Amino acid sequence: MKTKNIMIVGVGGQGSLLASKLLGRLLVDEGYDVKVSEVHGMSQRGGSVVTYVRFGDKVYSPIIEDGEADCIVSFEKIEAARYLDKLKKGGTIVVNTQQIDPMPVIIGAAKYPEDVIERMEEKGVHVDYLDALKFANEAGSSKAVNIVLMGVLAKYFDIAYDKWIAAIEKCVKPQFVDINKKAFELGYNYTRS
Amino acid sequence: MIGNEAVARGLYDGGCAVISSYPGTPSTEITECFAKFDDAYCEWAPNEKVATESAFGASLRGKRSACCMKHVGLNVAADPLFTMSYTGVNGGMVICVADDPGMHSSQNEQDSRHYAVASKIPMLEPSDSQEAYDFARAAFEISEEFDTPVLLKMCTRVAHSQSIVETRDKACDVEKPYEKLPQKYIMSPANAIRRHPFVEERCRKIAEMSETSPLNRVEKGDGSRDFGVITSSTSYQYIKEVFGDSVSVLKLGIVNPLPEKLIKDFASSVSKVYVVEELDPVIESFCKNIGVDVEGKNLFSVTGEFSQKTIAKAFGLEDKENVSIDTEIPVRPPMMCSGCPHRGLFYVLAKNKLTVLGDIGCYTLGSAPPLNALDMTLCMGASVSGLHGFNVAGGKETEKKTVCVIGDSTFMHSGITGLVNVAYNMSNSTVIILDNSITGMTGHQQNPSTGYNIKGDPAGKVSLEKLCASIGINSVRVVDPYNLEECDRVVKEEIEKDEPSVIISRRPCVLLKYVKPKKPLSVNPDKCKACKRCMKFGCPSISFKDNHAVVDPTLCVGCGVCTQLCPFDAFEGGED
Ligand SMILES: Cc1ncc(C[n+]2csc(CCOP(=O)(O)OP(=O)(O)O)c2C)c(N)n1
Repeated sequence: MKTKNIMIVGVGGQGSLLASKLLGRLLVDEGYDVKVSEVHGMSQRGGSVVTYVRFGDKVYSPIIEDGEADCIVSFEKIEAARYLDKLKKGGTIVVNTQQIDPMPVIIGAAKYPEDVIERMEEKGVHVDYLDALKFANEAGSSKAVNIVLMGVLAKYFDIAYDKWIAAIEKCVKPQFVDINKKAFELGYNYTRS
Repeated sequence: MIGNEAVARGLYDGGCAVISSYPGTPSTEITECFAKFDDAYCEWAPNEKVATESAFGASLRGKRSACCMKHVGLNVAADPLFTMSYTGVNGGMVICVADDPGMHSSQNEQDSRHYAVASKIPMLEPSDSQEAYDFARAAFEISEEFDTPVLLKMCTRVAHSQSIVETRDKACDVEKPYEKLPQKYIMSPANAIRRHPFVEERCRKIAEMSETSPLNRVEKGDGSRDFGVITSSTSYQYIKEVFGDSVSVLKLGIVNPLPEKLIKDFASSVSKVYVVEELDPVIESFCKNIGVDVEGKNLFSVTGEFSQKTIAKAFGLEDKENVSIDTEIPVRPPMMCSGCPHRGLFYVLAKNKLTVLGDIGCYTLGSAPPLNALDMTLCMGASVSGLHGFNVAGGKETEKKTVCVIGDSTFMHSGITGLVNVAYNMSNSTVIILDNSITGMTGHQQNPSTGYNIKGDPAGKVSLEKLCASIGINSVRVVDPYNLEECDRVVKEEIEKDEPSVIISRRPCVLLKYVKPKKPLSVNPDKCKACKRCMKFGCPSISFKDNHAVVDPTLCVGCGVCTQLCPFDAFEGGED
């Protein structure tokens, strides 16, 4: 199988680490060669963070380059657009519409581009967007945004629902399993009307 | 597992009994993972020199030992490094050093392979997690067989990428007897002069070993391309990503010393040789020195990190198709967290328009807008020594307008000696220690001033107040950075004094588990007069919408510093 590439992007502190751990676990259990790469260090400081997940028969590079990503999962509205160069032609973007102002916007040195989703759609990008925070709260915790988004992502995979749930059970602390299963289900069943 | 965890497992399974390290991205997780093994000793040392010497002591006593650090840490540890090359080891010893091409979280992108060449110590360089595990184990074997410390070189993309690792049975614990061997271990000139030829002979022997070592390997191409590539580390992965099995590759696992015959044989088996290595042309220079004609840095940059795209471009392959929109996306730099205790102090320094010599840690983020509160950041500890020099050069006028800031961990690392110089040579310097009770920047490691060890157990605790007093600083004061009035008053008083002084700005990092956030504040829109004074503070929780300030309740931790800035009492709520 040709190597498949998934990117997870967001803002430090949003929990993308758990999302990539979950994907990694799932894909290893499915028997793929997997590489997951993230840059630690500044991740808790509100900066832009990106994680690469690559899987296939044999994966060499840990990095995803321009025009290679099959899917970008964005935890924040404009972060997907920041990494749009990486998306393959015909690729999919999953976006949480939550808006988190970066410091230049807060201090008035830059404007928050409100229309990025429309702009990406204009260019023919398939954008699947939702207010993941709302669903996470519905599931029982605002922290479950990551798993809601994994639920949405799962629709683009050929992997059985139960296998995802099994991976969640392995990756999440026991006391949070139920909330996260619910969050996953809400994301999985979401279709944009 | 991530590369760093694989190193930790490899060291442990290779019989490592003692690790002493100082944190630094991207090396930190090696030691953190190793700390989970209960039957081995693991510690954070105050700095890399101490860590290296502690590991050396353990080796001298006969145990296998290791120390881990980032690339700039090896600068700090360079002194013991060069002479340990002469003494050699008793129990095997591994020095793990992690480079950061692309500077994801570093102040420079030096290439630590130069240290291996300069100190004549062998260096192994894995290219993924499996090799990280295997090479860590192999490093102990080489160390003991050739009587040398061994450098294990990681880089960000190997250290922080996860891939599948197969582990093997743990090696038997090594306990060599300690023997008094003055000629080997006392590096006085008379002894050292006799050890130097040993070092040269050892280099020759290791080079000979590397000619046939399985750590270096030739992968024959399928014949569809007739050139060959010499490479190592993560560059190997990019080459394989782009060319698959179509080119012949000499993949080097031992990057010092390099195998002359192997390289020559490889070169003669292909039509042309390219050397692909990140940062400096170390392998390339070696090839050219032995008369092998190669191409390398004429095609590849000496700055930044590579990727498959770098390789494709250099070989003239086509770009992959992608899409772009022409919307400007505002940058999202890292910043001090909501409720970060450093922020209040920086606000006071900026407000008083002081020159601030900075150091390395979360507080380096005080240099960012809107606070713009720093004038210099060089390397760990340089704030204190730099301030001393700045003040002796500038005299009275400078002293009253200049301070330095340094974190608790950084002060323990290398601020103390600078402060000794301030006290000894009596410059009227005002040193501010930002004590947030943790090593924050690298992801929360304990240090000698926090009272806990790497396992989280109670440990010795250095009192900053007593330490400063005992080296001769008579004026040592403690302030709460959440109290702006107090900070402002104390800073003004201390810079006026004609003697060295220390201000300890003390409040634990808000991300520490025991720090319980208070209720978020909110803005009363009727009271807010849109003066934007609170926006000068750079708190990520406060933004400006519909002509008044608003607080993001998911970020605010209720620190209440903004209430001290607002002249109209518009911030409400908070507390428990
Ligand atoms: C020689 C060296 N070793 C390690 C590092 C990595 N590093 C950067 S900042 C830092 C410590 C920061 O801790 P502290 O001084 O307590 O400040 P905080 O981040 O908590 O504000 C470390 C270990 C470095 N830059 N240089």
